[in-house]
Amino acid sequence: MAQGFDFAFLAEVLIGGLLSGVMYSLVAIGFVLIYKTSGVLNFAQGAQLLFAALTFVSLVERGLPFALALGITFALMVALGLAIERTVLRPLVNQPPITLFMATLGLSYVIEGVAQLVWGTQVHSLELGVADEPIEFAGVLVSTFDLFAAGVAALMVIALSAFFRYTRVGLAFRAVADDTFAALAVGLRLPVIWATVWSAAGVIALVAGLLWGARLGVQFSLSLVVLKALPVLVLGGFDSILGAIVGGLLIGALEKLAEVYLGPYVGGGIESWFAYAAALLFLLVRPGGLFGQRLVERA
Amino acid sequence: MATNTVQRSGHPGHPARWPLWATPVLVLALAYGLVPLVASDYVFDALLIPFLALSLAAVGLNLLTGYAGQLSLGSAAFMAVGVYAAYNFQLRVQGLPLLAAIALGGVAATLVGVVFGLPSLRLRGFYLAVSTLAAQFFVQWALTKFGWFSNDNPSGVIDAPPLAVAGVAFDTPAGRYLFALSVVAVLTALVWRVTRTPTGHHFIAVRDNELAARVIGVPVLRTKLLAFALSSFVIGVAGVLWGFVYLRTVEPAGFNLDRSFQILFIIIIGGLATLRGAFLGAALIVLFPLLLSRLGSLLLGQWFDSGVLELCQRIALGALIVGFLIAEPRGLAALWERLVARCCRRPAAAHGA
Amino acid sequence: MSFVRHLKTAALASAIALTGLQAAQAQTAAAPAKPAQQQEQFFPLQSYRVGPYAAGGTGFFGGFIDYLNLINTRDGGVGGVKLTWAEGETQYEVERGVEVYERLKNRPGIAAWNPLSVGIAYALIDRVTADKVPLITINHGRTDTTDGAVFKYIFPLLVNPYSETSGIVNYLGTKVGGLDKLKGKKIVVLYHGSPYGKETIPIYELLAQKYGFTVQQIEVPHPGNEQQSQWLTIRRAKPDFVVLRGWGVMNPVALKTAQKTGFPVDRIVGNIWSNSEEDVIPAGDAAKGYVAIGSVAPGTQYPVLQDIIKTVYDAGKGNLEDRKRIGTVYHNLGVVNGILNVEAVRIAQAKFGKRTLTGDEVRWGLENLKLDEARVAALGAKGLFHSINVSWDNHEGEGYVAFQQWDGKQWKQVSDWIAPDWKLLRPIIDKSALAYAKEKNIKVRKSIDD
Repeated sequence: MAQGFDFAFLAEVLIGGLLSGVMYSLVAIGFVLIYKTSGVLNFAQGAQLLFAALTFVSLVERGLPFALALGITFALMVALGLAIERTVLRPLVNQPPITLFMATLGLSYVIEGVAQLVWGTQVHSLELGVADEPIEFAGVLVSTFDLFAAGVAALMVIALSAFFRYTRVGLAFRAVADDTFAALAVGLRLPVIWATVWSAAGVIALVAGLLWGARLGVQFSLSLVVLKALPVLVLGGFDSILGAIVGGLLIGALEKLAEVYLGPYVGGGIESWFAYAAALLFLLVRPGGLFGQRLVERA
Repeated sequence: MATNTVQRSGHPGHPARWPLWATPVLVLALAYGLVPLVASDYVFDALLIPFLALSLAAVGLNLLTGYAGQLSLGSAAFMAVGVYAAYNFQLRVQGLPLLAAIALGGVAATLVGVVFGLPSLRLRGFYLAVSTLAAQFFVQWALTKFGWFSNDNPSGVIDAPPLAVAGVAFDTPAGRYLFALSVVAVLTALVWRVTRTPTGHHFIAVRDNELAARVIGVPVLRTKLLAFALSSFVIGVAGVLWGFVYLRTVEPAGFNLDRSFQILFIIIIGGLATLRGAFLGAALIVLFPLLLSRLGSLLLGQWFDSGVLELCQRIALGALIVGFLIAEPRGLAALWERLVARCCRRPAAAHGA
Repeated sequence: MSFVRHLKTAALASAIALTGLQAAQAQTAAAPAKPAQQQEQFFPLQSYRVGPYAAGGTGFFGGFIDYLNLINTRDGGVGGVKLTWAEGETQYEVERGVEVYERLKNRPGIAAWNPLSVGIAYALIDRVTADKVPLITINHGRTDTTDGAVFKYIFPLLVNPYSETSGIVNYLGTKVGGLDKLKGKKIVVLYHGSPYGKETIPIYELLAQKYGFTVQQIEVPHPGNEQQSQWLTIRRAKPDFVVLRGWGVMNPVALKTAQKTGFPVDRIVGNIWSNSEEDVIPAGDAAKGYVAIGSVAPGTQYPVLQDIIKTVYDAGKGNLEDRKRIGTVYHNLGVVNGILNVEAVRIAQAKFGKRTLTGDEVRWGLENLKLDEARVAALGAKGLFHSINVSWDNHEGEGYVAFQQWDGKQWKQVSDWIAPDWKLLRPIIDKSALAYAKEKNIKVRKSIDD
């Protein structure tokens, strides 16, 4: 390497990684919401993301104003979430987690297929009005868009945390997550709770879909971002929002640093598996993730 | 996981007149005797051979996930290890017979499988699943990155060696089918045997309640690693069949996450912890999309282009998976059992048994 | 008694299975023989209209079918022989491509296979050689298949990966004022982490040695959703040019990330699979000014495209759903692919007669596919592509390349047609092909009739 260690570059990679990590957390939070309250690892989150992005972009391209398109997409995502809960999850309520997971996998095929059937298989560009001119602080480059996305994610997290802590519905979620039977005994109506949770997850998918769509362009591979969220979940714990954030930041940073500093020794391209390897090693030390509850896995 | 009693003698609901060995023997007789005479090249090359390769992979994964309860999402990686290892052994060791190369490919997959199975000693459920994903992505990366694995071929794609055992060439579609059939039959028999040994019972014990198993003296660590080892061996050989017998070229992209999911679908839809399930599931996964495509283009080809039909077919597949999981979570094997029981219970009832 | 029952069940199951097999077989059985007056030439299409590359697939196969329709409608076929086709969806997956091949290979009168997929092409090489039907891999494929002496039935028409690389370097030479001025410059190649991406690494090394520039290869793991680390590394390396050898989503993400990290887009040159509307539209503003290589020009002003619009689309038989996509890069590539396929048939018909041709006869036609600029103009494609000169031992055809720039709305050609350095590349191709022939025990051909 060049003479003297390039700290500015390190800072760049680190900051870029942290900001990427925030984007991962966005997706992971959708997972956490559902896992926390119904124990389902919703692999269809990626398909929902794609559906949201495609719907929004297609509406905008047909001439609808931004706000109206956003509103319609919002409504559709809520409806989708409700539909999923009612048709797929409710009949499978007592099944083992793997069955539920596989059901969400099958569901992702259906949602992807419907999204493309309705809106077509073309690729689209999604502009959110944030120009991605990089800002430079003392020789360190930071992306404007990533900052914007981090801001949005932060807002969403604050909103969610407030929701869980201060509203009745939020408290009900936590009750259900803690002890389903007790919640039932107290009179909370589970179907309503679950329906709300799935709708909320749909909304998160919308936000994540718009941000990721703006980052990558809207096309089929958009649904693959879930593969980035899984190591985040593992690191942070499947049922902790704070874990999703911290995990996301960690994974994003580690991944980028590894690619830049370790990658050249093995020929590069290690980003595809590094996050998983890191999560795995971490798990061997802390099997429940950073903030996750130590689950007793009943087979 | 649903508990699954190990079947001992005969089938439930009948007097023990239909011995357990009779069904497999009948199936093998048909497979060896009848099918090669009536099937066309297309049926061999596009239906039966992939069906056999995928069934074997499912049998292997079932051993790990169905019987031993260790969720693995990285099966395609082990298939890849098997086929690349077999290719390299056969290439670099002069005069190595094909079957030995295949066996060594399986052994290589075993070694990799045990390494990535070590986390199972600490992890369960989805956490374990995500760590098997590490295997999936790492193996794909390594095979693409290091040209040595593909004999420094600039494109990274390797061609399968010709199939010949003891001088007998298997290069016709029917010949390849018989080769694959034999390999699958032998390994399935071996796996079946394993499930009947104490090791097999240990698998089930660990799956059902690990703590209790430990208490009654089951060596849990060894059992789990053994499950990974045996399962990876079988899956590795399945990979060799997929690459050497079916596609006859191999590139790492064919062993991606979608393939791992596909095999997992097969065992879930087929029925966990049943050998029958692996075959039924594979038949469904291989045939169903093709059937839908053909039906679709036959009935609706006039009005819709093939893209629309394909999307509908994808939706139908997803819906089928979900529908199956809702309607019959124990899979096709359970469905089959019910059908057989229903059509054979009547004579038993008639006889007052 | 129960044994008999079981036997009945087994018999029933076998009967069902056999019927199924028969039905499957019937699918592949040859279509009934046509009456003598209507000859047909069949083009099986392993198309992909679903999946991650559907956008390109619908364009390419749409263009191909549009051209076949044009010939049928306007000219009544080739020499009176009607062109027919059937699509089999592959979703860009190798095993589905193989399944479509096995299903359609027994149809009579197959002219050639056109899968537009590296993976499927590789899987078919042995099969088409055994079945003696040509396989066309336009603009891509296995570079050493250019050597027709070894690969009798494989045709990487117009441009193979090595020629493409040489073309890019030649263009970079024009940008710095001469190939000699490349000395001391730094080029980064950002490639897709797959066999396709790695194919040209040795050639860049070779050209770097010849012209004195340094080349650094940086890999982007498939699918290429995240490229931050790669582009930050590029920023630090401060290269003069970045060559983008991408595929699918990697392309728009590369352009967006370049913008994000402040790398000027006019120093990025895209390769032939990073040159379409589908690659730049998702990148929005970040792609304005981006230049990429192409062997087929974009646009609708060419007479053949005007013909297609008039004859096919206005009659409601157009294959693309969205008329705005006529003239896009993939669509035009499909049209040119159609031209090449059809002209090969025409040339073969001149020798063998105006009837349904066998695969081997079409192969002969392809090996005599010489379309000079005059002939290209006569076909209404002047400017759409330059020319092609296939011979029995050169299956690429010495395709010329040109460079196009994206202005935010469409691609515009910004260079003349450039010739790659075929002389430099041919020995490497020959060496590789001979090694393949030795490994597979293939007899090397000595003439077109071998």
